[in-house]
Parts: sequence; structure tokens; C-alpha cells
Amino acid sequence: MKNILQREIPEELEGIGKLEAFEGAFSKLKKGWMEEKTVPPPNKAKMPHSSKICDTLRDAILKTKPRNGMTVSFHHHLRGGDNLVYEAIKILADLGIKDITLAASSLTTAHDPILPYFKDGTITQVYASGIRGELGKAIAEGVLPKPFVIHSHGGRVRSVHTGKIKIDLAILAASAADEEGNATGAHGPSAFGSMGYAAIDSWYAKQVIVVTDNIVDYPCVPQSITQNYIDYVVKVDSIGDPSKIAGGTTRITKAPMDLQIARLAAQVIEHSGELKEGFSFQVGAGGASLAVAKYIRKIMKQRSIKGSFILGGVTSYGVDMLNEGLFRSIFDVQSFDAAVSSSLLDNQYHIEIPAGLYANPFNCGCMTNKLDIVVLGALEIDTNFNVNVITGSEGYVRGASGGHSDTASGANLTVVVCPSFRGRIPIVKKKVHTIVTPGESIDVLVTERGICVNPQKPELKAHLEAAGIKVKDIAVLAEEVEGITGKAKPIETTERVVGIVEYRDGTVIDVIHQVKE
Amino acid sequence: MELKTKAQAGSFESSDVLILVEPVEKGAGRIIELKSIVMQQFGDDLLRQIHANLDDFNIDDVRLIINDKGALPPTVSARLETALKRAAQLQSGTLK
Repeated sequence: MKNILQREIPEELEGIGKLEAFEGAFSKLKKGWMEEKTVPPPNKAKMPHSSKICDTLRDAILKTKPRNGMTVSFHHHLRGGDNLVYEAIKILADLGIKDITLAASSLTTAHDPILPYFKDGTITQVYASGIRGELGKAIAEGVLPKPFVIHSHGGRVRSVHTGKIKIDLAILAASAADEEGNATGAHGPSAFGSMGYAAIDSWYAKQVIVVTDNIVDYPCVPQSITQNYIDYVVKVDSIGDPSKIAGGTTRITKAPMDLQIARLAAQVIEHSGELKEGFSFQVGAGGASLAVAKYIRKIMKQRSIKGSFILGGVTSYGVDMLNEGLFRSIFDVQSFDAAVSSSLLDNQYHIEIPAGLYANPFNCGCMTNKLDIVVLGALEIDTNFNVNVITGSEGYVRGASGGHSDTASGANLTVVVCPSFRGRIPIVKKKVHTIVTPGESIDVLVTERGICVNPQKPELKAHLEAAGIKVKDIAVLAEEVEGITGKAKPIETTERVVGIVEYRDGTVIDVIHQVKE
Repeated sequence: MELKTKAQAGSFESSDVLILVEPVEKGAGRIIELKSIVMQQFGDDLLRQIHANLDDFNIDDVRLIINDKGALPPTVSARLETALKRAAQLQSGTLK
């Protein structure tokens, strides 16, 4: 079957089941409810004053009685410093457990060491919002027997509610925890900030292990994760590389091209009609998109505009804007740098939120629905504004869906910033390899070579032109780019579908074919 | 153009190309070792362009070692021209 974006979707896939084709960003939501049944969270019981403490992670895992075919989940709040996923999978593999479904909120290059377990049958399926590095290459080449699923941050919560992801065991890293499993990422030697993606795992997993390098006296405050969901608590020497977990602030790029794109994007935002008193704002942490914040900060000061909230992945740059009084609050589902943790701990207007409140489409209003302006990146964008943020120019998985489609669908103004080509690879083009976010959610594209407004937004185009900003037809820009780079040969793939890209409502927006080696 | 010595031009930086030229015996033909980070997308285009440039300079016998990091076509031609001129000791206007 074909979905509304003309992508060919199989009716059914072994290892996933029946697929539903994407029919538009709001085709399912406008009903006002979700038709799929939700599964109940498990009910558990503990005797008073019994101990949850286990000496080692291996002991804790043994107590959960691991079995073949189980689903194990992790969060990715340790960013590039994560070593827990590897440690845990290694223990399971040494116990001889096979056919594991790995349900991580995201996988990064820090997880490259688990590649051997993709090859030996320990892990046979992956659910994640992003996959990168060696893992992303291997799965695109078809290393896993079952198709992987890429979901958005909001979509992951929906998948847990509906039982598409049935978590048997959640192993959750914390930078501080007490003996009952109250846990946080806001303080401790490996402080990493918000634990937003882990909340749903703690509520729905059949068994939950909290792993920390820092046991604190009861009670651990703040309770990002609460004890009533936690089966076991483990103190380990290390949850990963603290210099990568708790190190540094995110710096604004110095690359002239990114800065130029950001400057143009800020002009577009300034004249869009959305930059007004009380507006809400989200930017990605990538090069040009974070740099937009720098110019918006300047404009807000010049025009004495005060915003309502910053949402999302939060950087120390966002914290600076909160501290300057430019925004009233921050809702933090994920902290992009460790400098954020102290603000999360100390400032009552810097609020930790779970992924469901952040972006799950099926509730009475997630926060992305209340966004005014979001600035997002792209690996590729086509002339219908459909965006790829998951597969790279060689067809390998090397990115993340993350909150891209969630925020794009919610915001009044969705700005995509990217160069028109990178190296010799065209970014603005007729057809993207994989669609993650539908063009209907994108309002304007800003590149160094032109600004393109989605034809569905004539008022926006009028606003910009009235301010003297030149607007270019996206098809003209794509042709111009092809004239410079030459026409790239398409990526060679086989018929085999190795993965699917789920839209936030659970329908399939695209599939990923096996890359020919 | 007559090639007299080994020469090179370009760099191994992103969006650039490093080209080494080596004279070979007459009749040896064009020996081209091409590596590119965009081989899959533009490998054929690159080869076609390099042959066209060699045609322009009437060079039939040469060894080229090309390491491309995604250079645009004008960059490739400019680097190749410079490397060839250096090899032919016609490098006036170019650095040694």
C-alpha cells in the first residue's frame, strides 16, 4: 500500500505485524481519542521494610529472571558517556539470553560497543528514536533479523501505552538514588539533568532496576523517578564516563555558514508575526538551530519581549535566557549539557517533565501543542518540505527522529535551518531518502542560499515579503543546488525492508530498505 | 602538456581534494586511483570530469592519485590543473 506521501508501505512485516499507513499529521488525532487499546501497567507488591539493594548489576538482573525474547529498555540521558547499556547487555549475553528486543529511547555512538550482540543473536530487534554510528550502519545493512522501529519521543510513550513496546525490564541510570529507588539526574558526580524519557519506562516495565554511582541518604530529592515503581537498586562504581556525562556546556557554533543561516532564520522569526509577548520557543542543539537562539536573545532584549516558556532538549544557553528573565520558565524533558542540572535542581521555574507530557499525541494536550516557535535541523528536505533526519547520504541510519515530528506538528511556526548542500551532497532536493517529518508540518526553510515558505502558508510569505525578506520557490532552490553539486546517484538498496519510521500517531510514514554493501 | 616531475595540489580537508600527479612512460595510459567520500553518489561524474580535463591538456599518459573529500566540480578542475602545471613545471602563478 502507499501512504499519503506516496511511500510504499508493506501491509504487514514479520516481527512487527500489521502496519497502518500515514494519512496526515492530524488524521488520527482529530477524532479526539485513540482507537488502539491501552495496556494496564503492572501491579506489584513488596513487604514492608524489605530491601531493594543488590550488590551488583548482575545480581539485580538475575533476580528479574531474564528470559529469551524479552524486551529491555534504557534511557539515553547519559548522552555520549553512557556505558550502562553495554554493561547490561553484556551481562544478559553472558547469561545466554537470546532474542532480546532493545527498547532504548535513543542509541548514540557511545553504544557502538554493543554491535557484537547485534551479530550473535543476543539482540534481534531495536526500538529507538535514533540510531547512529556503527549500529546505524549495521542495521541499515540488515544485521538484525527483525525490522527496527524508529519512533518519535512522543510516539515512544504511545507505543508503551498500547503495548507495542512491552518492556519486561527497564534498567535506568541515575546520578543519585536512595535505597528505595527514588532517583534523579539533577545532582551527584555524574549529574546529567532531566530524566524525562525514563518516566514511562518506570511506570510500565514489568520490572525496574535503578542503577546509580551515588547512593544518597533517604529520601533522594527531587524524585524524578519514584520508589513505588522500582524493584531493585544497584550501586555501581561507574555508570559511564563522567567527563562525557557531566562535562561542559554546549557552545554556539563559530562556523560562518551556520551563523549566517541562523541570522537569516532569526530575521524570518522576527517578521513572522509569532515573535510576540508571551511566546514559547524550542531550538535543537545542532549547529545552526542553537545559534538561532543567540540572535533571538538579542532581538528579545532590543524589543523588550518576554517569552513564556522554553521547551524540550535544554542547553545551558536556554538556562542563561531564563536567568536573564527573557523567559518565565523552562520545561525540560532532556538536558543537552550538564551545566543545566544545577538550574534544574535550584530554579523552581526550570521544571522536569516526562516524555508523555512533552510530546505524546494521545492525551489532553502535550506541551509541544502549545509551542509557538520551533527551530529544527534537517539531513535532507524535499521540494514538498518533507524532512529526513534519520538516514545519511549513504543510506545508513545516522540520526534521530527525536522530537522533530512532535514539535513540528505542534508549533505555530516551524522553521527548518540547514545548508542547501554539505560538501558535495545536496540537502535541498526533489526526493529525500527517508521521510520522518511530513512537509505539512514545516512552515519555512532557511538556507544560506535562500528562504522558502511552504505554499500552505501564504500569510507567512506575505509577512516576510512586507519586511523586505526575499522568498524563493523551493523547487528553484533545489535546481540551483543540483546545478552546483551535480546530480547525485540515488542510494542503492535491496527490496528488503530492514526498518520502519513510525509517525507519532503510530502510522508508518516511511520504511528503510537494506543498503547494498 | 609534457609532465616532467611528480607534483601535487589541494588538501585533505572537507570539501577539497588532494591530487598527486606522477609522469609515466609514453603509452602507459591514464592510471587513475580515485578515492572519494562521495564515490557512490558522484564517482562516475568525477572520473568523467577528470578525463575531460586531461583531454583539454592533451595528456594521455599519467598516474593520478586522487583523494576527494567532497569537492565541488570547479574545485576538482582547479586542483587538477594546478597539479598538472606543477608537474609540467609551468607553475608560474601557482605555489611550488
